Amino acid sequence: MSETPSRTTGRTRRHAVLLGAGLAAAVLAPTLACAQTELLNVSYDPTRELYREINAAFSEAWKAKTGETVTVRAAHGGSGSQARTVIDGIPADVVTLGIPSDIDAISRISKKIPADWRTKLPNQGLPYTSTVVFLVRKGNPKAVKDWGDLVKPDIKVITPNPKTSAGGRWNFLAAWGYAYEKEGKNADKANAFVGEVYKNVPVLDTGARGSTVTFAQRGLGDVLPTWENEAYLVFEEFGRDKFDVVVPPTSIYAEPPVALVDANVDKKGTRKQAEAYLQFLYSDQAQAIFAKHHYRPLNRAAAKPEDLAQLPELKLFKIEDLQGDWDAIQKKNFDNGGLFDQLSKAGR
Amino acid sequence: MSETFAPVALAEARPASVVTEGRWIRWLLIAVAILFLALFLVLPLLTVFAQAFAKGVEAYLAAFTEADAHAAIRLTLLTAAIAVPFNLVFGIMASWAIAKFEFWGKNLLVTLIDLPFSVSPVVSGLIYVLVFGAQGLLGPWLLDHDVQIIFAVPGIVLATIFVTFPFVARQLIPLMQEQGTAEEEAALTLGASGWHAFRTVTLPNIRWGLLYSVLLCNARAMGEFGAVSVVSGHIRGLTNTLPLHVEILYNEYNFVAAFAVASLLAGLALVTLCVKSVLEWRYADEIAAGARGH
Repeated sequence: MSETPSRTTGRTRRHAVLLGAGLAAAVLAPTLACAQTELLNVSYDPTRELYREINAAFSEAWKAKTGETVTVRAAHGGSGSQARTVIDGIPADVVTLGIPSDIDAISRISKKIPADWRTKLPNQGLPYTSTVVFLVRKGNPKAVKDWGDLVKPDIKVITPNPKTSAGGRWNFLAAWGYAYEKEGKNADKANAFVGEVYKNVPVLDTGARGSTVTFAQRGLGDVLPTWENEAYLVFEEFGRDKFDVVVPPTSIYAEPPVALVDANVDKKGTRKQAEAYLQFLYSDQAQAIFAKHHYRPLNRAAAKPEDLAQLPELKLFKIEDLQGDWDAIQKKNFDNGGLFDQLSKAGR
Repeated sequence: MSETFAPVALAEARPASVVTEGRWIRWLLIAVAILFLALFLVLPLLTVFAQAFAKGVEAYLAAFTEADAHAAIRLTLLTAAIAVPFNLVFGIMASWAIAKFEFWGKNLLVTLIDLPFSVSPVVSGLIYVLVFGAQGLLGPWLLDHDVQIIFAVPGIVLATIFVTFPFVARQLIPLMQEQGTAEEEAALTLGASGWHAFRTVTLPNIRWGLLYSVLLCNARAMGEFGAVSVVSGHIRGLTNTLPLHVEILYNEYNFVAAFAVASLLAGLALVTLCVKSVLEWRYADEIAAGARGH
């Protein structure tokens, strides 16, 4: 042991060099493939199939117009968690999220999106809208017809966690709005009704897609209130002989907005392409694709009649008309200590 | 790991007559154990392959022709190719220092090496988001210098290194401790340099234990889900490793492809298991500390 000190220092130095080399490799490795322009669209859960088609169509249209090859990559997850990844620094060029308050959150916390993002694109940044309908087991054995049926004692409702999922928030707000109108605009009774609904919820997944898999693949629950597009997608994926779509008489006007992430596109030098991508969402070609995937296009004239026929007429209410602006809606219902927290505490 | 050998030693130490339970109780216990294994290990494994081939071999192979699948396989291999050698070097360094030298804070170092085993993978991922994320400790500096760590390959590699940190060191420390410093000291007295002694004496002594630990380290590096999921950002074709790709395919109702890719991971696990068993059977003494007489 007598000569150990000198031996260790020599060895330590050599290993320190190795360590440094390893770290350098780890840091440098990522910037390998960036020869062509790439856009990143950070989106919410159920839009995977939609944006696969939109992204391919945009790349083709952009190539035809400018000769430049642009690859649009997509990341999907619960809308709230996706907003969080943008805040934490994912290099998104555009966000296409499920609910306006998630883009507000990015703007408020990270300042990467200006606060007046709604004014930058037509229709408040909404190239399409949607609503919430019910997916039930074939033949509707529990006879679910309207929101009021969700509080029946023998009904199990599958819905995602409103804290992380935009779809979960629309379901929550839709149930609230239904009860509010029905009870003669009594907010207390509407709160109580929503509490009753969530007592029938056995499992809260983090995203709309997770809830769909729980309901359709794992066979849990009697009714899945979900995005209209998601309900029809299950139809196509699992076969129409297993499920029915029930359209309630009233539902919510669901607003999944899109926005440019200004700070990121300026840093990456992709502003031109990213803006063109968002404009493309308002083009006739994209509008037709929205309708094909069961989203409600802004410009109905661009969509195929048979796709429009799949989008039934129903009475839609805007939650802003009942609860005020989005800051107020988010704070009242979903922030820490909001209505959802109070209800889950009371439900326990 | 070395714990595997404890029951064997116990059984040998105890004479057979001590077991007073009747024959049928013993059979019942064995049957329960086998049933349990079949239900919770073999059945799920078979399900993976059954689902993967549910729509025929063509559909199975189609899952691997997709560009996103290729990207996931490449990223997984790259991650393991960086994380495993890193842990190998670090593991040898750390266990060398701990086993052969006395220094202040040694116990603390041993405890720290064990930390990743006791921390939940989600937390392992989150700490990197909290340190390197845009809102994190180093976030603003990294942003100014155009270094992307979280939601890119470096973050995935870092998270993988963190969770696989203990594998090599934990295996080698007891082995090296048990071997002592006598052989190295002999080499040094005979005029070998430190590096020479390490290469010709220490390394051959630990080679099988080292290989064994690298094997386990690699299996975990390729299969890690939790920590990587937190730092990945799930960008298709860019930051999805194989386990994350499986989840995405499953969520897209692409069950055949999901299970096909999962079968690749299951295959990796089976190969690991086989090589591990061979190593244990052939070189048990050199892998496990304490069973070896000098």
